[in-house]
Amino acid sequence: MTLDQLVTSSGEWLKGTGPNSEIVVSSRVRLARNLADYPFISRANESDRAEIERLVRERLAVLSDGDRFDAKLMYVNLGEIEDVDRTFLMERQLISRELCEAKGARAVAIDPSERFSVMVNEEDHLRIQVMHSGLDLEDALSQANHLDDLLEEQLNYAFSDHFGYLTACPTNVGTGIRVSVMLHLSALVMTKQIEKVFRSLQKINLAVRGLYGEGSQALGDFYQVSNQVTLGMSEQELAKKVADVVPVLIDYERQARDYLLRETQETLHDRVSRAYGILRSAQTISSEETLFHLSSLRMGVNLGLISEVDIPTVNKLFVHTQPAHLQKLAGSDLDASDRNVERASYLRKHLNDGDRRGGGKSGSN
Amino acid sequence: MKCQKCNKPATFHITDLVDGISELHLCENCAQAFLSPGGQDTSEVSLGVSGLIAQQLAVGETAEELARLDQRVCPVCGVSFLEFRKQGRLGCPYDYTCFSKELEPLLMNIHDETRHVGKVPKRCSVDAKQQTQLIRLRREMKEAISSENYERASELRDKIREIEEQRPKPSARS
Repeated sequence: MTLDQLVTSSGEWLKGTGPNSEIVVSSRVRLARNLADYPFISRANESDRAEIERLVRERLAVLSDGDRFDAKLMYVNLGEIEDVDRTFLMERQLISRELCEAKGARAVAIDPSERFSVMVNEEDHLRIQVMHSGLDLEDALSQANHLDDLLEEQLNYAFSDHFGYLTACPTNVGTGIRVSVMLHLSALVMTKQIEKVFRSLQKINLAVRGLYGEGSQALGDFYQVSNQVTLGMSEQELAKKVADVVPVLIDYERQARDYLLRETQETLHDRVSRAYGILRSAQTISSEETLFHLSSLRMGVNLGLISEVDIPTVNKLFVHTQPAHLQKLAGSDLDASDRNVERASYLRKHLNDGDRRGGGKSGSN
Repeated sequence: MKCQKCNKPATFHITDLVDGISELHLCENCAQAFLSPGGQDTSEVSLGVSGLIAQQLAVGETAEELARLDQRVCPVCGVSFLEFRKQGRLGCPYDYTCFSKELEPLLMNIHDETRHVGKVPKRCSVDAKQQTQLIRLRREMKEAISSENYERASELRDKIREIEEQRPKPSARS
């Protein structure tokens, strides 16, 4: 499997399946691990980083060649690829923004179905990440634990009985776990209740970020809710803390959607239809405008206001209209204004002419 | 360096990691005003790790104690407490042992707990000092090479190899 083969596929988390997937897009579990024999990244020199990268690469190969993973992993040396490819991996959520923008020896091992990736030399030596579609934290946690066990057979982790898994930043020490759920909270944004929800989540020690880690003005109304604390509670307890709040958030979002349908149906229907109209007919469109309208379209599809498009297609458009994806799909470097033209053309192609369903299948374009 | 607010010597160096990385250099009084709840500048401002460290140290540490603490260096990776305070990132696993006294209140502040109760790796027996001795030896070897003390460097290289050989080998099960 090569990077270019990933371009046309969609990835597990965009499938749009799983319980409550109209609101819960994906569930993610990330474990931070460090090797006992090397300094943390902030203190590691170029040769330390290169050695860590080589060591992890070799040990992952032992596991992959021994068929210990479900499929052979794709190993990408991030120092050796083009900027656009790194950004592509970030847009796909297979690597973090920090790893994308870092310097020096660093890498990522990717499961071909995109259900997990292992980042090498991020803020910590290893970041194991599992991503499942819909609300599926329990399975995501058990897969992350399994991957962690496999890697631990091969590598000496930095661990202390007292502090747990030792991490570069004290905010991750202990379990090193970040359990997060990505939610599409468009009605709570429209009814201006989202800030209130944020404040209540912060009170119970949960963090809220946007799709790519940004602040309160999240792109496309996608929000990630995650645990803030990593020490003094078990992995299961922390996952439960996040899992317990999700039904409440789903309920709030549904109530807000019901309210919009009941009280402002024409306005809502108009907004959704206009969004759909713009997306399928614009000749040039920015990334921000696209995300804004796709969010309305996604809610419209979920509420049955638009029936000719399905959720996997909308999910796929969210990611495939990002700058690096567009350039990979077009097969050439494009500046911002060319991208806007290409984006509009891509949207028209996928939202017209009977190609509006089945976006979750790979290679549908 | 002078305080950015009143020109007295700046003893607090606060890095705000939340709204992009920005640095603030303040004297003790201005830092306390900045960090105290309800202080003019703190409304709605979350300080990130470095801010928390500064906040915690502001309580009960005099400038001299703080200066002395800042000079402390981890014998394994060479990171000073000052560097940790400025960057909010530790230098190596041994820092958790070496700075444990300073870290405990910080961890309490962040996590409300200081003890791990979660998963434990299956193979983990060596103590912290042993776990990290390779980091120290490699650093010493590099220092020996840069000061052209090649005899010492080669001794250290042999020692490193010896430890690497003794290390429990990861299983090559396939």
